[in-house]
Amino acid sequence: MVEKLLEGSKRYYMWLLFLVVVIAVCFIVYLFQLFEGLGVTGMNRDVSWGLYISQFTYLVGVAASAVMLVLPAYFHHYKKFKIMIIFGEFMAISAVVMCCLFIVVDLGQPQRMANVMLHPTPNSVMFYDMIVLIGYLTLNCIIGWVTLEAERHETQPPKWVLYLAYLSIIWAFSIHTVTAFLYAGIPGRHYWLTAIMAARFLSSAFCSGPAILLLLMLLLRRLTGFNPGKEAIHTLATIITYAMCLNVFFYLLEVFTAFYSNIPGHYDPLVFLFTGYHGVTSWVTPCMWLAVLCTIGCLSILIPPQTRSGKYMPYALGMLVLASWIDKGLGLLIGGFTPNMFESVTLYLPTVRELVVAVGVYAVGALVLSLLWKIALSVKFETGHSDGDLVK
Amino acid sequence: MNKNRRSFLKVAGLSVFALSSGATAFSSAAQAMVSPGTYEPAPKELKAKRWAMVIDTRTFRTADDYKAIIEACHAAHNVPDIRSKADGHEDQEIKWIWTDSYKHAFPDDLNEHLADRVKKRPFPLLCNHCTNPPCVRVCPTQATYQLPNGIVTMDYHRCIGCRFCMAGCPYGARSFNFVDPRGYLSDPVPNPEYPTRMIGVVEKCTFCVERLAKGLMPACVEASEGRILFGDLNDPESTVRKALAENYSIRRKPNLGTQPGVYYIV
Amino acid sequence: MYNSKAVIAGIVAFLVICTSPFWANFGSGDYKKPEVVLPKKPECIESAEFMRAEHMQLLNEWRDQALRHDNRQYVSSTGKKWEISLQNTCMKCHNDYEQFCDKCHVTNNVDPYCWTCHILPKGSK
Repeated sequence: MVEKLLEGSKRYYMWLLFLVVVIAVCFIVYLFQLFEGLGVTGMNRDVSWGLYISQFTYLVGVAASAVMLVLPAYFHHYKKFKIMIIFGEFMAISAVVMCCLFIVVDLGQPQRMANVMLHPTPNSVMFYDMIVLIGYLTLNCIIGWVTLEAERHETQPPKWVLYLAYLSIIWAFSIHTVTAFLYAGIPGRHYWLTAIMAARFLSSAFCSGPAILLLLMLLLRRLTGFNPGKEAIHTLATIITYAMCLNVFFYLLEVFTAFYSNIPGHYDPLVFLFTGYHGVTSWVTPCMWLAVLCTIGCLSILIPPQTRSGKYMPYALGMLVLASWIDKGLGLLIGGFTPNMFESVTLYLPTVRELVVAVGVYAVGALVLSLLWKIALSVKFETGHSDGDLVK
Repeated sequence: MNKNRRSFLKVAGLSVFALSSGATAFSSAAQAMVSPGTYEPAPKELKAKRWAMVIDTRTFRTADDYKAIIEACHAAHNVPDIRSKADGHEDQEIKWIWTDSYKHAFPDDLNEHLADRVKKRPFPLLCNHCTNPPCVRVCPTQATYQLPNGIVTMDYHRCIGCRFCMAGCPYGARSFNFVDPRGYLSDPVPNPEYPTRMIGVVEKCTFCVERLAKGLMPACVEASEGRILFGDLNDPESTVRKALAENYSIRRKPNLGTQPGVYYIV
Repeated sequence: MYNSKAVIAGIVAFLVICTSPFWANFGSGDYKKPEVVLPKKPECIESAEFMRAEHMQLLNEWRDQALRHDNRQYVSSTGKKWEISLQNTCMKCHNDYEQFCDKCHVTNNVDPYCWTCHILPKGSK
């Protein structure tokens, strides 16, 4: 199936070339970071994780979200999703690749990365995170490839793939739970020390991931004519809506506990994020309010069934992705580190070089996704499975 | 599946198994000793079941009183003064021992009407060498580990710079080498007997484990002229136990269950 | 075979690139054993043969024993006792890094980064 990569329009090749150029430029900036140290980033002694780790966290969610297609299709035999599953699985692969890269660019000594395997340490959550991520990547590669090949030959995939798919469903929950445990088990970081962290992570993943997928599928429909099907789109939008409602609900639970208990440690990060702390405000505060507005905006479009998958849906999904990204990709990390261990504030602002490296990682993800989706699309068109509305 | 493919898979599977078991054998061989000699503890090493530090903060008035102590520590371990250059890396500084106010050192213990002598007194902060250290728990490579005598120390050779320990430490005791520390050190370095660190690794106070091995007290204890005590917490006759028995002492963030090994007499 | 010209040219180019190190070294003469300047003290912690072959593993072992097991003294096969320290034991005798360490490391194109942390006898830069 790899040969499908070599047949494409000029636009397809220009897109790949563009990505490769972006990756190359960003890689040069990364080399500066490698030789000069993480001093080129905006991280500091008090906010010791920043943009890289927060993107890692967000993308683990995107990877896990493939399960929102796999689960209805395999457990509930919901046939309308079958045409889209492969795109979800391939997006998961690209997301896990980005996760791994974000971890690598965040390391101070990436050359010694293998120490995690040479000196396995079962008491560290990072160790399990490595295992689940590699496992999830492998599972999705095998399942995606084998089912796509079966589809191409117009046969049923072998039975063992079914069991792997069941395993991948449980595995998807585990990758994001373990990622939540990275944060939720740390004493002294009030914003993270909460039992609901894993549930919050999963709910935000299960709305934002499918939202990104759906947006990309709509783009794909415009570019190539591949149609995921009206009903599938509506069902996915419904799943997204439920997950987003849960996500907001879980966040409000945190807000209640923090403020009703009136324990300073619990409410300080929320106060810092939304209003500033002891007169110190940061650029995160307007972002957090923007996230609130986006949340209200997207839910008011998604909750009424009439508008859910209508013409405003893409805007709603866009707002949802932005809101969840601000919450998890910015607020979670910055709120966890501010106020710091001395109940004072050290501000964090990513540097341009840090942003460029992050863009580079996203470009690698886009490249992986483009190549994998190219293969999937070619097979779909070759076999005539390119219109979801025709699926019975 | 045809026969050839099946037999190929069998052979491939067996070879992978053989190779991986070979790799395990290789890695365990790498663990085995190469040296023909043997190893033993240093002859003059000071020994304890549980090292602990007691700081009599009553005997210090201003931050200047701690200056000599901080300088002694930072010189003994070639700790760079990142703030000495105004180059934008000030927030990425390295410190093993430093001072801060009561409010920042004991944030859970806030009392507006605290006696001025305590409220305005600077407190020296350093690694607490916890009995249950979160940094050791989260480290994915065992670069940070706990010795049987309670000291939490580091192997900089193994640190991958993931900074999970910095997120884990509730005392802000850890520093990361965001920049090359040698750019901020004199040449020759203050202590040519001790290494520096390199970019990309985390570092912190080690209770001067290398000095204890030579029979010396930690650098800060030595420089404090008796105002910082260091000894075996498990020995009822030790100076630290006697000081704790006779004075009121507190520890930082005791409610987290980390059991710090640094006590402050107030 | 279609495109045979391009394919064969490609194979040839591949082979040339893969084997280029051999060709590049062909005319550069025989390997000469580097001549290290030995320290004046006659004895090392172990025999010269052992040190030449195993000093890297020994240093790894020293590090783990000293740091993790708090065994900071090495008793050599002859019974002599040594403090475990690259900087304060090894480099005290082998105090000419360029004429000793570097000689072999450079010849064999290995680049250990001991000195990014450990201090060379002549200074830290």
